[in-house]
Amino acid sequence: MITLFKKTPISLAASLGAMIAWEAFSAPQVFDFKDPKGVNNAVFKLDAPLESINGTANGISGTITYDPAEPNALTGRITVAAASLHVPNPLMKEHLHGPNWLDVSRHQEITFESRKVSNVKTSGTDATADVTGILTIKGLSKELTVPVRFTYLKDKLGARSNGQMQGDLLVVRSTFKIKRTDFAINPQAPTDKVAEDIELVLSLAGAAPRR
Amino acid sequence: MRRALYLAGAALATATLTAWLVTGAHRGWTRTSEAVEKTDEVTGLTYRTYQPCLKLGLDALGIGLGLSLAAGLIAWLATPGHNSTKKLL
Repeated sequence: MITLFKKTPISLAASLGAMIAWEAFSAPQVFDFKDPKGVNNAVFKLDAPLESINGTANGISGTITYDPAEPNALTGRITVAAASLHVPNPLMKEHLHGPNWLDVSRHQEITFESRKVSNVKTSGTDATADVTGILTIKGLSKELTVPVRFTYLKDKLGARSNGQMQGDLLVVRSTFKIKRTDFAINPQAPTDKVAEDIELVLSLAGAAPRR
Repeated sequence: MRRALYLAGAALATATLTAWLVTGAHRGWTRTSEAVEKTDEVTGLTYRTYQPCLKLGLDALGIGLGLSLAAGLIAWLATPGHNSTKKLL
């Protein structure tokens, strides 16, 4: 390599350019998931025989460090503001935020922190993987593995910010189930009225602005 | 008094039923907001926004009809010569 650099200034410049381009493409990027547009959301569904509860949360923040060339090196933490959970019935929402359910005054955040990424499959700008991490709800933490689909959108931040910023986007989609009683969410409720399984559908987009 | 109770009960039942029908005859819980599904063009993500709206549900219908029924029942029990009224009084 040093011999090559010594040959001509043109080859030196070309090699350096190639190295910089490779670094720019392959370096891990930090994607910020704080979303002023309010698109990032988590849908939750509890489908019991007698009653179905369906709502969303959009108070999402956190960062994910992602390298499109090496998705298994992913690290990150996503936070959901517990008070942002919304259901259309006001009384149900009051109960949802109350001490029996999520106790949002004492446990203000729901977090997922990644620990390990496995079973990575890539196809173009898409990658699917099983992400193992620690989910904390109502102060109780549990390790779980969830299937996640990542879509790397290079240079798409400009289109999303009306040209105010330039950079890349990372879209994260995941659907998985958790047990209500694992996190002491209204544990006394009968399962015919409040389902034991909570289905979560995460739809998130993070931005990595170019500096 | 009896007549007023009957009328109040009937008015309440009519008002409740009308309000329930006018707000969409929703057969779930009462809603004060409604989700609107949208899609972000750049990322393709679907998301919900909530718009304020009032849709009376079966809970509100039940409360309204229950109260009107109670008013009617009280008026009926207060009928002069009714056995239950004598026991009550």
